[in-house]
Order: sequence, then C-alpha cells, then structure tokens
Amino acid sequence: MSKPMDPSPLQPAVDLANWSCPLPLRDSPHIVMGHGGGGRLSAELVEHLFVPAFSSGDDSALARLGDSAVVAVGAERLAFTTDSYVVRPRWFPGGSIGDLAVNGTVNDLAMMGARPLYLTVGFILEEGLEVAELGRIVEVMGRAAREAGVTIVAGDTKVVDAGHGDGVYINTAGVGAVPAGVTIGPELARPGDVVIVSGPIGMHGIAVLSVRDGLEFGSQIASDSAPLGDLVAELIDAGVQIHALRDPTRGGVAATLNEIATASQVGVHIEERQVPVPADVRAACGFLGLDPMCVANEGKLVAFVAPSDADRALALMHSHRHGTGAVIVGEVTADHPGVVVARTAIGGTRVVDLPLAEQLPRIC
Amino acid sequence: MTKYLDEFNDPELARRLLDEIAATVTRPWSIMEVCGGQTHTIIRNGIDQLLPESVQLIHGPGCPVCVTPLEIIDKALAIAARPEVIFCSFGDMLRVPGSDQDLFAIKSQGGDVRVVYSPLDAVRIAQDNPDKQVVFFGIGFETTAPANAMTVHLAKTQGIDNFSVLVSHVLVPPAITALMEAPERRVQGFLAAGHVCAVMGMSQYVPLVEKYHVPIVVTGFEPLDVLEGIRRTLLQLEQGRAELENAYPRAVTFEGNVRAQEMVHDVFEVTDRAWRGIGMIPASGWRLSARYSAFDAENRFDVRGILTQESSLCRSGEVLQGLIKPNECGAFGTGCTPRRPLGAPMVSSEGACAAYYQFRRLANPVAAP
Repeated sequence: MSKPMDPSPLQPAVDLANWSCPLPLRDSPHIVMGHGGGGRLSAELVEHLFVPAFSSGDDSALARLGDSAVVAVGAERLAFTTDSYVVRPRWFPGGSIGDLAVNGTVNDLAMMGARPLYLTVGFILEEGLEVAELGRIVEVMGRAAREAGVTIVAGDTKVVDAGHGDGVYINTAGVGAVPAGVTIGPELARPGDVVIVSGPIGMHGIAVLSVRDGLEFGSQIASDSAPLGDLVAELIDAGVQIHALRDPTRGGVAATLNEIATASQVGVHIEERQVPVPADVRAACGFLGLDPMCVANEGKLVAFVAPSDADRALALMHSHRHGTGAVIVGEVTADHPGVVVARTAIGGTRVVDLPLAEQLPRIC
Repeated sequence: MTKYLDEFNDPELARRLLDEIAATVTRPWSIMEVCGGQTHTIIRNGIDQLLPESVQLIHGPGCPVCVTPLEIIDKALAIAARPEVIFCSFGDMLRVPGSDQDLFAIKSQGGDVRVVYSPLDAVRIAQDNPDKQVVFFGIGFETTAPANAMTVHLAKTQGIDNFSVLVSHVLVPPAITALMEAPERRVQGFLAAGHVCAVMGMSQYVPLVEKYHVPIVVTGFEPLDVLEGIRRTLLQLEQGRAELENAYPRAVTFEGNVRAQEMVHDVFEVTDRAWRGIGMIPASGWRLSARYSAFDAENRFDVRGILTQESSLCRSGEVLQGLIKPNECGAFGTGCTPRRPLGAPMVSSEGACAAYYQFRRLANPVAAP
C-alpha cells in the first residue's frame, strides 16, 4: 500500500452568500456595455473581479495583463490568449467577423513578441442562421489563418435558441512561441523610448460604423484588419529593441497609450499632428463627434522602441506591407507618469484620457 | 469637407491670431464662450493655455447635456425603464447621472435604450415598431430644435401615434440675460454660439448688447474660428466698444433660417425652464405647444409627479456662471470625479469640471485615479 498522499492545503470554501462586490464595481450593479468597451470600466472588471478570483499564487502571467499571457512550458515560453468576436454587422467594408476572429487573436500573440502557431475556434450559433453564411465565414477564417501562418487545430460548436444570440459569436484561443531572449510587455516602456504607430488609424471602427444599422453613411474607408505576426517577427529578427507593443483595438490609440503609460509608470508625449488620421476618418469622426484617437484598429500596432533603434524600426516597417504608413508619433518621458499628453495641431496641449467606456457621439 | 477642417486648423494662422491677441491685451478680461461645442474646441486644442494669462475663458452653460435638469433625467429614466418603451437619445445623454442611475444602467437592466444620430431615426423606429411606444429625448439649444420640431410635426401629420418626445429645450439669450442680471457679474464679453445664430439669426442679440453694454461676437467652432472670436471680443473690450459682431459669416445671417424658425414656433412655445445647477430662468426654454401636446411624453407616461432636488454638494451652477473655478467646489476630485460624476460638467471630457480634473492630473500625477 502506498503512502497516503499529503492532505492538500485546506481550500477555504467560497462563501457566496456573504460575497459582496468589490468597489468600485458597486457603482454599476449590472453589466453595462462599457464593461466590454476596452476602457476604464473593462479594466476595473479585470482588476477587481477577475484577477482576484482567478489568482492561484503563481499568477504573474495573469496579473501582467499583457495582450497574451506568457507561460513557461519546459524550456519553451509560450504566449497564450483568447478573444471573443461579436461584431455587428458581421460583414463590413474590408473584412468580416471571420477575419477579425483570426487576426485579432494572432495579433494578441504577436504583441508579446510571439510567433503565432495554433488557434482553436468556438462558435456560438443562433438557431436560424443560414448555413451558407456560416460557410462564407469559415472560408474567410481558413484563408486568414493561412495568410497569418497559423493552423486551426480544434473547435467547438453550440447552438442557442433563436433570439438568444446575434447570429454568430466566435471565440478563438491561440498559442505562439516566444523566441529566446525576447521580453516585451506593457510594463517595460521606459523614458526615452520612441513611440511608433504602424499606419493610418481609425479605419476599422469607422468602416464598421459606416454600415451599422441606422447609421449608414457613404465612406470609402475599409477595415484595416490584418495579421501582424510577420511584421513583428521581422523587427525582432533584425534585433530591434522593442520594449512594449500593443495593437490599438477597442479604445483605439488613446487607450493603448494610456495602458502602457500606466503599466510602465511613465509619461507619454504625443505630437498630434504626426498621428496619421486618413482624411475620410477625420471627416467621419467630425460629424459623428468621435475622437479618431479612440477609434478601433484591427491591423495596426503601437511600438515603444529604444531611441537608438527607432529609425531602423521605421525603415523595416516601411518595407513591410502592413507597415508602409508607419510614423513616429511621440516619445516616453519620466514626467507625468501614467499620463498621456498631446501637443495639439495649433500648439496647445491636452491630456489624452483613457476612454471611460465606449465613445459616445456628442450632441454639440 | 476635409480641406475645410484643415483650413480652419492651420498652425501658422493660429500663431498669427495668437500674436495679435497678445498684442491687443493690456489688462485682465473674462470672456465666456456660451456653447459646449466651443468649449470642446478650446479644450481639445489647448487654446486656453495659448492665450495671455490675463485672459480668462469661462466655460458657459451652453452644453445641453450639462444643463438638462436632474428632474428631466429622472423622468427619462422612469420612462425608459417601462417595458413597452423604446427610448431614443443622443449618445452623450446616456451617461448623465440622474438621482440614482443613468440610462446605461436602465439599458443594462433590460430597458430598450437606443442611441440615434438624428431625431428622424426615432420616427423611423416608431414606424418599424407599431406595437411599441417610441420616445425621443428632445434636448438641446435652438440648434437641435428645428429637427426635433420636424419629427413631432411629421408624427402628427402622418399619424404616428406611438411616437412622443420628452422635451427639455433651452434658449441662449435668456441665459445671457440671467448671467448679466446676476448680482456677481464676472463675464465681460461673450462668444455667441454660431450654430444657434445660424438658426435664430443675430437679431435676438441686439437688445442684449444695448441693455448690458457687453460685446457679443458670433463665433464658429473650428480652432481658428474660436481664436478669431476671442480676438474680436478682446479688441472691443480694449477699445471700450460693446457691439454685436459676426465672426462666422459663412454660416450666420442677421435673420437666420426663417423656415426653421417657423417650424420651431409652430411646434414649441416658450416656457420657464430650470437649468441644472443654475435654477429656474424665466422664459428660457421651449415645450410642446398645445397643438402638439398629445406627443408630449410627460403627459403620455404620467411622470409629472417626479420632482427632484439637485445635490447641494455640486456647485456646477456657479462653475457654469464663472463664479467659481471647478477646483473651488468641495466635491471636486473627491465626491465628484469623471468616474462618478455628481454634476454634468464632470461627465464629458470637455465639461468644465472634467477638463480641470485632467489638468490637475498633469500637474500632480500622483493624484491620478
């Protein structure tokens, strides 16, 4: 008879009856749309609800709150992430929910410096969805995966009653391999770093809004949905010292800069005139009352690189098809840690805040 | 359109205007930009920091979101929570706090709250949902009134009986009168809101200039427009003039848009109106006229019993009158933050209190939330 196993350390039972919601979540006792908007409300949900609940003692990977977790498996470091896609409408100029479901997860892996390798996909389908449309979506996903150099290796399908879904929701999870010696993270930006945006911003958000029900407006803007793993790999292979990388999706460039400024406890200074905003995006934002800096992108990255490598990084990006429009938009400073400041086109300054929740069109 | 936007954003021209302003000013002046849209331009472009220190811009009560009274918000919340209602609103009203919650919270509890970009969208939603009651939140200054009036007119002529409007329109000239009649009078010149004047014309401002001997310059919304309005106002003040000037002639005429005025006067009638934080201002708003009272959501849903007092902690009324700076309010940054606003000027990023809050973060980053 083998020796009895050591009794496991006593797990305190979760006392759900006496559980009370941590502040500041009590401010809004129900989930509001802003909790999924990528702004301050989303961050509070993660910080006050998810991280404490999922903490396991060895929670450094979760608590770092990168675009992916980086975990060690044997001698290898893997980037591991998941994302769900609920975009409406499902088809929009320049892409579809299928493109996003692949590229979004691939990009989250790439932002930790990883080579994206494998994806899983979960479908939540609403009863009544046309099979032909599902067919088109998975065709797009297969093509996007091949272009991104990843393989979809597992999946799941659930169907919910009519009226309980929005046609198709897609979840993808992905793993990638982080090359030896590469350490990139939102907390690693440092004073002196140069901030590069890989191309024109705001295109995805405006493309989706331009075809949203009740808001159709004529626009030539197409989504920028694209896989960025290859672009990041070229930078890493060339030895560019990248400290922080993030793809400015929900909440746009403004949210990304704020997240990195906060995580690294540095200030970020932006020259607003340098921020590449296409004319059509600027015009649409003008009449919708939106700030292009807060509009979502799906094929752009913001890179914080060592100043000595900035020009080389820029040249490498320019020679890559997903970085032709890359520009230096600002730099990191030791002043005003956690705050992003923009010098405006006419020479004033303003604080670029993290959007609280989803952007609201202004009335005046 | 883009060219248009760039043209009025030219840094070279901005520099020249700022130099002229600096050369003009010899002593301290306080100017109020009445309109929230102009406040947005000022904050968004950092114009206030580019002016000579002796020039103070007071962000006026011209943001409809800021001045819509708490009681109306509470009525909106009560109506929006009803199961038979689809409640349609301009987006930025959704986060304005009522007594207990906001429209986002109503939505999260199952209320059908929808953001529309045009009030005509709300009429379309009413036509598409004949078994629902569709309510549009009709707020704003004279600028949004013609389109709002048009929807009510349409609903009546086309017999769209499941449509109604919760009206809380406010008017600029009575607000200027109230500011001028206040015992403490800080404002020495006004930038009048260009789009309000595009609808109502400049003529309404002649009596104000004459009675109070105060310069009023009709001003547009792009950075150069605002700088030009400020320059002209300062020039008048320095020269001891008090005149009505039009610095926005590409949009504003003396008479305004007469057809829009006819529509507004058919659908609305003048009423006393409470302004959030400021209080009752006589004859300062519009309500639906008797001919259209059947489309008044306050009647249809019997919310007239909702009577709400404003928070005594929030001093946004004094902020909006230029009597105190936001950080002189006891609740500023403690009981009242952008995350949890007590008053509307803390809600949107261009609200006077929120703008102050952001700059305090810059000056003193340790206090960041």
